[in-house]
Amino acid sequence: MPLKSDKKLTLLWLQGLTCNGNSHSFLNLSYLADVLLACDILYHPSLPSLQTLETISTCKLECDVLIFEGTFDPLMQRNNVMVGKLLRHYAQKARHIIAVGSCASFGGMFKASAPQRNSGLVFNETAHEGPLLQYQEKVINLSGCPIHPEWLGYTLSMILQEKKILVDSLHRPIELYSYLAHHGCTRNEYFEWKVDSKKFGEKEGCLYYEQGCRAPMTHASCNKILWNDVSSKTRSGTPCFGCTEPDFPRANFFRTKTNMSIPDEVPVGISKRSYLTVAGIAKTFHIKRLEEKLIDYKTAD
Amino acid sequence: MAQTMKEQRKDAIIAVALELFSQRGFYATTIPDIAAKVGMSVGNFYNYFTSKEVLAKELVVYISEYLGKHIRDINESEADTEEKIYKIVSMYFNMAHERPEMIEYFLRVYLSNREIFLDDCEGMICVSAFVTEMMIFFDDGVSSGDLYDQDFFSAFGLFMGYLGGMVFLFGEKVLPDPLENYKESISKNIYNALKIR
Ligand code: SF4
Repeated sequence: MPLKSDKKLTLLWLQGLTCNGNSHSFLNLSYLADVLLACDILYHPSLPSLQTLETISTCKLECDVLIFEGTFDPLMQRNNVMVGKLLRHYAQKARHIIAVGSCASFGGMFKASAPQRNSGLVFNETAHEGPLLQYQEKVINLSGCPIHPEWLGYTLSMILQEKKILVDSLHRPIELYSYLAHHGCTRNEYFEWKVDSKKFGEKEGCLYYEQGCRAPMTHASCNKILWNDVSSKTRSGTPCFGCTEPDFPRANFFRTKTNMSIPDEVPVGISKRSYLTVAGIAKTFHIKRLEEKLIDYKTAD
Repeated sequence: MAQTMKEQRKDAIIAVALELFSQRGFYATTIPDIAAKVGMSVGNFYNYFTSKEVLAKELVVYISEYLGKHIRDINESEADTEEKIYKIVSMYFNMAHERPEMIEYFLRVYLSNREIFLDDCEGMICVSAFVTEMMIFFDDGVSSGDLYDQDFFSAFGLFMGYLGGMVFLFGEKVLPDPLENYKESISKNIYNALKIR
């Protein structure tokens, strides 16, 4: 990774209410060693660090990049210091603040225990409220449950190379979140012709109508930047749960909400009228190749 | 924008074809019959439609778009679901009065001579504008909490089958009263059958 300056970035990783999923995910980054070599890790709960939590909690140090994982709970302490105090201290001097995961971005899974009190750093779902509202210009949200390792890898690489990261209105990098999770799914042809998967775990069929797939309504690059460089949820037969969106988690992950067989929500930016027109016509045709098992397909036919 | 001469002529052919097909049937009506009634040569007719089958399909699209446009206006109005049902029933019965040939064509040609429509007009292709608006109506009805969530075609069949049946009885002169008199009770029945319990 070519670096802009010789000076290493100081990086501090703090946690709120979290399952550590984003830390675990980050450890799978294929070029993790390169990123770590370019940084001085002041503190990370599971990586070798220059400082201890005790020293960090004195609030006497500074960092270039503040990373926060987990939901912000205003009543929570780390080493007997309010997490809010730690956050505000380090946010003040940090050049960049990265909220990793949907909990830190929008409240996510751990908001459920106290929906009114808990939030992300700058957003409570889509409402602008959180402990770092005053520093929001510096905040980059990497939503996801958990984040894809590459999303943090990309963000840190851009910072190390002093490149500007363009973000959307929810502070998510456009480069990563202007795609829908639907883009690049191997089931796209089934989606186009409205051939649905009827059973869980099938290779064939689209998961949109029968199994709750939210990928057409979800901003994420899961099917463009594959997980472990190999696959994605939808490719392997699990519906997208919409984990990068502010309303995550929703109920009934495996059910598509329909009104008289008509999907309640349609792909982002497409009117229901247009969607139903195209879908209705596509459904008219029966395409043998798509209705059969892949294993029975004969190229000679 | 003013219609061009060509569009006017096309509309005239559609109007005459609807009338003749619905009165005499598809097979008993010839292209020379249609051309003569419009006042054009048979040769000129082919500048508008390349065959009688193509014209027959175009008529289905025309009726579907006519219905779709009116139902769309109702869908986009402020009315609640019960009022929308009344408006759709009224629109349909008014159409049966003012443009009886459209409904006659639908019932007596489109639904009876399926063989003409098998290619290029199967499923939703020709009736998409109309069926899509009914989907929007049902979707709005369920999401606003008024209608019971069930299979689309079960609800669609109940609604449109009922209206088609009444217009058929009217056409057969079986109904003792004018269609107008049934709007209220039929709308109520449809609402009661579909509403949430
Ligand atoms: S399974 Fe989901 S992501 Fe894949 S094509 Fe269907 S809707 Fe799109």
